[in-house]
Amino acid sequence: MTDISHQSAPQSRHAGSLLQKDSRTVRRNRAEARFKIYGIFAIAVGMLMLAVLVYNIVTRGVGAYSQTFITLDVELLESKLDKNGNRNLEEIKKVTTFGYAPLIKNAFEKKVEELGIKTPLKPKDQAAILSKSAEAQLRDFVIANPDKIGETIEFRFLANSRVDGYMKGRVTRESIANDKSISVEQLDLVDQLHKAGVLNKTFNIDFITGADASDQRPEAAGMGVSMIGSLFMMLVVLALALPIGVAASIYLEEFAPRNWLTDIIEVNISNLAAVPSIVFGILGLAVFINYMHLPMSAPLVGGLVLTLMTLPTIIISTRASLKSVPPSIRDAALGVGASKMQAVFHHVLPLAAPGILTGTIIGLAQALGETAPLLLIGMVGFIASNAPDSIASGLLSPNSAMPAQIYEWAKRADPAFYERAWGGIIILLVFLVTMNTVAVILRRRFERRW
Amino acid sequence: MPTYWLVLSLLVLAAVGYVLGRNRALQTAGGDTRALHSLPNYYGLNVALTSLVPALGVLIVWMLVQPVFVDSRVSTLIPDSAVPEDATLDLVMSDVRRVADGLDEAVEQGALTPSEARQLDAEATDIRARLGEVGVALGSDVRPEVLRAAQRYRQLTSVGKTAMSIVVAVLALGGLAWSYSQTHKDFRARNVVEKGVLALLVVAASLAILTTIGIVFSMFFETINFFGLHSWKDFFFGSTWAPNFRGDSELSILPLLWGTLYISFVALLVSVPIGLFAAIYLSEYANGATRSFAKPLLEILAGIPTIVYGLFALLTVGPMLADVFAKGGLLGVEWMTGATSVVTAGVVMGIMLIPFVSSLSDDIINAVPQSMRDGSLGLGATQSETVRQVVLPAALPGIVGAILLAASRAIGETMIVVMGAGAIAKFSLNPLESMTTITTRIVSQLTGDTDFASPETLVAFALGLTLFVLTLGLNVLALYIVRKYREQYE
Repeated sequence: MTDISHQSAPQSRHAGSLLQKDSRTVRRNRAEARFKIYGIFAIAVGMLMLAVLVYNIVTRGVGAYSQTFITLDVELLESKLDKNGNRNLEEIKKVTTFGYAPLIKNAFEKKVEELGIKTPLKPKDQAAILSKSAEAQLRDFVIANPDKIGETIEFRFLANSRVDGYMKGRVTRESIANDKSISVEQLDLVDQLHKAGVLNKTFNIDFITGADASDQRPEAAGMGVSMIGSLFMMLVVLALALPIGVAASIYLEEFAPRNWLTDIIEVNISNLAAVPSIVFGILGLAVFINYMHLPMSAPLVGGLVLTLMTLPTIIISTRASLKSVPPSIRDAALGVGASKMQAVFHHVLPLAAPGILTGTIIGLAQALGETAPLLLIGMVGFIASNAPDSIASGLLSPNSAMPAQIYEWAKRADPAFYERAWGGIIILLVFLVTMNTVAVILRRRFERRW
Repeated sequence: MPTYWLVLSLLVLAAVGYVLGRNRALQTAGGDTRALHSLPNYYGLNVALTSLVPALGVLIVWMLVQPVFVDSRVSTLIPDSAVPEDATLDLVMSDVRRVADGLDEAVEQGALTPSEARQLDAEATDIRARLGEVGVALGSDVRPEVLRAAQRYRQLTSVGKTAMSIVVAVLALGGLAWSYSQTHKDFRARNVVEKGVLALLVVAASLAILTTIGIVFSMFFETINFFGLHSWKDFFFGSTWAPNFRGDSELSILPLLWGTLYISFVALLVSVPIGLFAAIYLSEYANGATRSFAKPLLEILAGIPTIVYGLFALLTVGPMLADVFAKGGLLGVEWMTGATSVVTAGVVMGIMLIPFVSSLSDDIINAVPQSMRDGSLGLGATQSETVRQVVLPAALPGIVGAILLAASRAIGETMIVVMGAGAIAKFSLNPLESMTTITTRIVSQLTGDTDFASPETLVAFALGLTLFVLTLGLNVLALYIVRKYREQYE
């Protein structure tokens, strides 16, 4: 045997040593190496993009969490705020924010003199480095504490967005050449105040808890109220999508007879999952707002639209987890005399619960980041300035949502809002990452392999 | 809001019914649960469900039907002569509703007494000013026939609300009484309850169909309205998109479709090679550790909300491209005029689609039987030759399906193009020019003040329907191809 095979062994077309590769093998090996590099390159590009995205978000958004404040001692002059001296709240309220401007101007003048800073600016222009919200802040304080009138109190006022930009390096002396709202002299003053410790950049909790502000005051805008809007929307989604989705999946998975109607429902659900989200926005506008006359911009409407959008996701994942419960569980339940309904609700559903929960959280995370349908039902272009005071008003009075708020800021002309938009994205991503992590932990912890 | 209270009292009633039913069943059995046909809880559930479900169902249907009914009754009150030339009945009706809501608001705030509100006279009082005082802004002065219609509207609505409350309460109490009287130890409560629950499950499952019907109908009727006002020939075959809110606009879908397809094409040009090579590497070359590290990281890209990509396009990629290609840029050319362009939106969308292509292709490549690879490797082919000449041809139909699914995502994507693509509708081959898409136009036509009688607003529904049909068609085709392919190897 060995002899024969040895003799008839096919001769290599290329004579030569095995140790020395011929040119064709070298070429083929090179092609192999190239191909592998393409693959590594593709993955590297994907990761690089992720890294660039994350780097971009963090570096550009982190600025929104610190803000420039100016500390001033304001004398709450009785002669300006309460002329009759009787501390009548109605009369104090009659003094508009314009009435507070001189107090701030005086306080600023005094501070500058006290520190011995020399500046060619008039007091009015000096005080202009403060935010336009300073007067309102002062007025709110006086209305809340009328008994403090006549005293001198230390306040921390927001600086104007240009000053804040200067402190963060976004605004420079060159870039303000054509800017009417700030001058080089004012920036000199800012430098001196900073050196004196009056003007400081500190952590800005108001960005996380505060309300949106108008175009003129980017420094005062915050995400808080739109977070509440998102929260209410998610509550609606959770309250509707979870029970309806679970009920629909139980029917389709456990009870539905195999007929054309069931087939239609199944095809329908898988197609609904792929319908562009904006189409759900059109549906919401046509049905909930035009037909049912629910209020525009209400979190209830947003929640309903997002419910319809998330339902397919929840149904698909719930069905998968129901399917993974082995038939032996059902058989055992039926065998000891349970009805089919009892077998499903007492045994299959509890065993599938962790999977259902995971799918629901992932569906909610998807809904939380969705923007397009919210544009059509009017959750953009609206300045959400007050937090709702009750559950009914939380659902029905106009509000914004986190992604809609970010879009709104990105649309505005002042670059100071861009920093807020990136900062808002950090908050949004923190929520999404938390939700997904919870989902993964739940899956790891409770998933049973049968 | 009385509806809240109605629902709340229904729930309370159901809870009471549960306790009553359970107790009565136990009573008839003399406290011995073994004498009952079903477990005691089922008797309680039976009473609770019988009182709650029909009442709640009627409540929901009533709330859906009443506005239509009231609208149709009230609109007969408005003579044709009362509809101004430049408006339609819909517009007058929305005035009527606003006046009616305003009067309700005024009564609630105490600015008007209920009887005053009923006897208002459009000639004698300035209703606009009085409603303005309570914070209800009206666009124009209230005409007598509008006021009359608004009064009728209020009357019908309040009668409807009262009738609804009575009907619902009667149904709930009746259901409670009936099921309570039926409760007896021999009553087959479990069977009845299970039938009821099954019916609820069926209703939940058919909600998916209802959603689809809702989507199709909501767009279909408005599209028909649109084609009544605007010629369908211009919509499908015209060449210009120039909406003009003074009327006489040219609304053709073709330039928008061109922009949509061009941007999607650029997106696929980015995502398909990267996604496909990543999938090949992960499924054919990578070891377990690399795979379990790289795959989830890539999939994060799919979980990032589109608003983030939109911002990335608008504030990072766009300005970066403009630094290179715009006037005064690095190349010294002037190919770009602003930050928005086909490439801006396309590249960013491509990044978003990488994980779609890669994970779908990954699944499909993994489904190719190992024996085919073994055969090829056994014949002396290198691994890359095996992939190119055996695995990829075998997986091709599935990969085509995956690419089609990604294309359907790209066509329906909204935020990235709204922020990155621009607003100019034109046919151009220059990928650095800004162009607009179907989804951006839907957003811009439907946000802000919309008037549902003008073709400029209604066109959004026609665009939406086209988009829906387009993506649905792509999806059905893709799923069909993928399924056929799976069957081949199963």
